Amino acid sequence: MLRRRPLVAALLRDRPEALLAVSSLGSATWDLSAAGNDARNFCFIGAMGQAAPFALGLAMAQPDMRVALFAGDGDLLMSLGALATIAVQAPRNLAIVALDNEAYAETGGQPTATAGPTDLAAVARGCGVAEARTVTEEADIPGLRDAMLNAPGPVFVVVKVAAEALPLVFPHSFDGVTAMNRFRSAATA
Amino acid sequence: MTTPATPQPVDWHGDIFDVLRAHGVTLVAHVPDAGHTPLIEKCEAANDIDTVTLTTEEEGVGLLCGAWAGGRKGALLMQSSGVGNCVNALALPDICRAPLLAIVSMRGEWGEFIPWQVPMGRAAPTVLEAMGASLFRADSRAEVGAAVEAAASFAFSTRRTAAVLLSQKTIGAKRFREG
Repeated sequence: MLRRRPLVAALLRDRPEALLAVSSLGSATWDLSAAGNDARNFCFIGAMGQAAPFALGLAMAQPDMRVALFAGDGDLLMSLGALATIAVQAPRNLAIVALDNEAYAETGGQPTATAGPTDLAAVARGCGVAEARTVTEEADIPGLRDAMLNAPGPVFVVVKVAAEALPLVFPHSFDGVTAMNRFRSAATA
Repeated sequence: MTTPATPQPVDWHGDIFDVLRAHGVTLVAHVPDAGHTPLIEKCEAANDIDTVTLTTEEEGVGLLCGAWAGGRKGALLMQSSGVGNCVNALALPDICRAPLLAIVSMRGEWGEFIPWQVPMGRAAPTVLEAMGASLFRADSRAEVGAAVEAAASFAFSTRRTAAVLLSQKTIGAKRFREG
């Protein structure tokens, strides 16, 4: 079981110029924001379930950049079909890091399906994402970072993380227009 | 002696395709629909357009917002039943002021045969407007091109959601035969 905040920071240390990052609402957005205020980050604060299709569209629009999606298990579970759509499109530049704390942390820690029988990596594989696996150990982080940055996509790695109450770190702006325009300028520069 | 002019059939799918091209749309997302099929086939045949088959229409909203964030324009094709699937997702283009062009083939209205199509067909315009979309209606094949042009200009210029509603009168009521 890994700790999500240092993990996301470690994955983004010495970040390559051409890496765009997207986070799903809730904990993943606080984690990405805690790793640094960067115009190449797009942080969801609502529209649950839309982060994965958003990351796919972004990857298809910017095929020469790498897109990393940090997504919570709750967000992914809301749009599992998107994994099939991603598998069919097979963007080589998309990596999904599923931060799986097996809980709806924002709403009081109620268990998600991954606390029970559901295995997100198996779902992704079943959808046709061949590069799908689960990591749980500190020793897995360098390999995970390498896969996120370099492996031919789509990459899907579930990281089992502790369910812990962490300080909220807000993104640059809660205003969607500000967030979109800032990110779009960076992504299309 | 002259032959009386016969009315030329309107290639309304071709009209939509031409408008999409003229606006620089290169990504077309859809859940397949019989009304859109010739358009989908044209898009699939075009080298400069990527088509994405969605598992549910709401994916198309996120997909096209992500594409916009990366500098690419798209369009979402769906049947009126798909509008209901999109409701919460439509917050995303609204709050981020990203353009969303949707082309909706209406069911549950003109000559509908299948009762299951009625509730969402009836609710689709209200639901879209409730989520901030502007509506552009085409009631005949001849109006389709102009409606899509108006909607595309509106969406990409004002960065808002514009939905073209293609009347079932345009598409033709579907008929099943038993036995």
